[in-house]
Amino acid sequence: MIYFDNSATTKIYPEALTTYNKVATDIWGNPSSLHKLGDRASQLLMSSRKQIAGLLGTEVNEIFFTSGGTESNNTAIKGTAIQKREFGKHIITSSVEHASVANAFTALERLGYRVTRLPVDKEGRVNPQDLKNALDKDTTLVSIMGVNNEIGTIQPIEAISEILDNYPNITFHVDNVQAFGKNIWDRVFTPRVDLSSLSAHKYHAPRGIGILYKKTGKMLTPLHDGGGQEKGLRSGTENLPAIAAMAKSMRLLLEQEPENAAREQAIKEKIYHYLKTLPGIEIFSGIDDGFAPHVLCFALTGIRGETLVHTLESHDIYTSTTSACASKTADEASTLVAMHVDDKIATSAIRLSFDASNTMEEADQFIEVFDGIYRHFAKINHLGE
Amino acid sequence: MLNYTEVMVRYGELSTKGKNRKDFINRLAANIQKTLTDFPDLEFHPKHDRLHIVLNGTSFEEVDQRLKKVFGIQTYSPVIKTERTLEAIEKTALSLMQATFKPGMTFKVNTRRSDHHFEYDTNELNSMVGDYLFDHMDGLKAEMKHPDLVLRIEVRLDGVYISNELLQGAGGMPVGTAGKAVMMLSGGIDSPVASYLALKRGVDIEMVHFFSPPYTTDKALAKAKELTGILANYSGKINFIAVPFAEIQETIKEKLPEGYLMTIQRRFMLRLADKIREKRGGKAIFNGESVGQVASQTLDSMMAINDVTTTPVLRPVVTMDKTEIIKLAEDIGTFDLSIMPFEDCCTIFAPPRPKTKPKVDKAREYEARLDVDGLIERAMAGIEITPIYPNQKFLADKSAEDADLL
Repeated sequence: MIYFDNSATTKIYPEALTTYNKVATDIWGNPSSLHKLGDRASQLLMSSRKQIAGLLGTEVNEIFFTSGGTESNNTAIKGTAIQKREFGKHIITSSVEHASVANAFTALERLGYRVTRLPVDKEGRVNPQDLKNALDKDTTLVSIMGVNNEIGTIQPIEAISEILDNYPNITFHVDNVQAFGKNIWDRVFTPRVDLSSLSAHKYHAPRGIGILYKKTGKMLTPLHDGGGQEKGLRSGTENLPAIAAMAKSMRLLLEQEPENAAREQAIKEKIYHYLKTLPGIEIFSGIDDGFAPHVLCFALTGIRGETLVHTLESHDIYTSTTSACASKTADEASTLVAMHVDDKIATSAIRLSFDASNTMEEADQFIEVFDGIYRHFAKINHLGE
Repeated sequence: MLNYTEVMVRYGELSTKGKNRKDFINRLAANIQKTLTDFPDLEFHPKHDRLHIVLNGTSFEEVDQRLKKVFGIQTYSPVIKTERTLEAIEKTALSLMQATFKPGMTFKVNTRRSDHHFEYDTNELNSMVGDYLFDHMDGLKAEMKHPDLVLRIEVRLDGVYISNELLQGAGGMPVGTAGKAVMMLSGGIDSPVASYLALKRGVDIEMVHFFSPPYTTDKALAKAKELTGILANYSGKINFIAVPFAEIQETIKEKLPEGYLMTIQRRFMLRLADKIREKRGGKAIFNGESVGQVASQTLDSMMAINDVTTTPVLRPVVTMDKTEIIKLAEDIGTFDLSIMPFEDCCTIFAPPRPKTKPKVDKAREYEARLDVDGLIERAMAGIEITPIYPNQKFLADKSAEDADLL
């Protein structure tokens, strides 16, 4: 089996699962309980938070646990917009965000907020100048993703940070669900970033757990009110087994981060250069440092993405039509549409997404299998004639 | 890493004379040996003005960590013993200088000979070793009056002893030379600092801690014990005397007017501390009070509370600002533990509006309504004494298990 769909989810590390089981079995007290079972759980919660803060280079009290990327994004965006509604109702995002950001903005738009969606160029990247022009006195929030989930574009977070340095009152959120562990962290998690979202199952931890980084001093209206956990920002009994497992998988992943990222980049380049030789293939991801090392998005003209995914699946190779989250509901990839890619080609796009567990041998095998598939479809569609 | 062969320890407070001086030296030697007791290879040679510790292969770094905390040591130096040849002296001098010299520093060579038959005299050695160093190191600068580094070479019959580091000791007096006392330890920031200062003046203290289950938790007690474990680094073992205090607090709360709850509670604490002191042969009571910090620490309060005993009640931090106390608490390593939020018995029965100017007469008058002797007797019957050793832990520390899981 070759699993090239790591942007959808990753396989849990056995070590993280062991931690999950041990904690669920032995340290099952509620961290809020006063007795020693609660005390033990509360200690482990603190140790996990400390370790994660250390790995991300933040303060311990800036790490908040959520149920995942979708919740982190919703809390960051709605929480900021609501909190700051008296200061302005203009909020800015890009036109290539993940659904959990894009739809949160749409929801706020229905409530009367004014939304600016920044366009992107043909590489799927926003222009910082467009952002600068969009800012006005009512702007309270800017939310731009770190790495695009469909084609892997790294957004110019550093340049945007420089612009926003002059607007300290605007909250800057970066959805970094796709950016962690890819050796680009400093570029997408600048000191100007106020809020940032992470999702554990994208880095070999269980589902149902994620992180919202919130810079000290930034105020958010919570979406979940209740018992006041996570300093009142996210009530609900802490998912300690998942939190501890996440802390473990993050540590393990970062131990080999540069080597892993280099290997992912090598796999991507190898397949990229191969695809470049084929007539009728359009590649949307670049191999330069404007793109994350782990995403390769391309289209085979005339063949629907879905068809290609299933054909590869029959050879035990797992990929996806651009974003797995939307791929069952929408035919078109929103990022490609925003890039003004022709509808016909956009529906043909598939995404390969790599990870630390992939090997160069898998790249070779993929090329071998794909070559057969390509020749078959090329013949039918008269490609290269 | 340099292979130090021994450590030379210089005593503090040289003004001490006569028998006191002898006690001082004996006590210091004993304290040093006690703190290093788990290094079996060390040899100790106390002399009238200093003490030599022969390392016999033990790492100096570990010995250094312990010596830093022994009161009565003024300074100490790690030393390398070499053969009595010029070559050996020069080589050792160079490696010491290379390990400690930083650009911009000045130095001088200071030779002493106790063996006057050695082939070179002090001046010759000074200049030869100095020349050798200049030839083999860049950026050296000699300075006779106030050099940053002094390379000391001591020629003795059995070898040549070379050192160039002068490390500051903790100063003060060897613990035990000033006699015994009890210390009223709460678990807050001030009383551990007061304990440290008492130890520094050579007082051998035993901790008296009041606890009130179920009003106070096991954790509050464990915290006070763990603080004692940190302080024991400066003295070796410290006895921790836990005094049950709930019955007294409940009785006072039930029977006396609110404004005097705090004053009368403190009078009971002092009485109990004094009783324990008497039993255990102490000569004073120490506490962590600082003038005006809280209601119980106004001069009026101190007077109304102190009324129960004529034993000296000594308050090492009495005139220190909170910030100064915190600074010291951080330096001695008790601060982080002190601020852990477990309620101690001083806060649980604190009245909302305690009298800041209680009257002695009133306090006596109210107290007369209680069975003071009975209450004291029952509390004394319930005391528990625990010997606590350096760095002993009492709060469940699961960081190793956490590290394994994470």
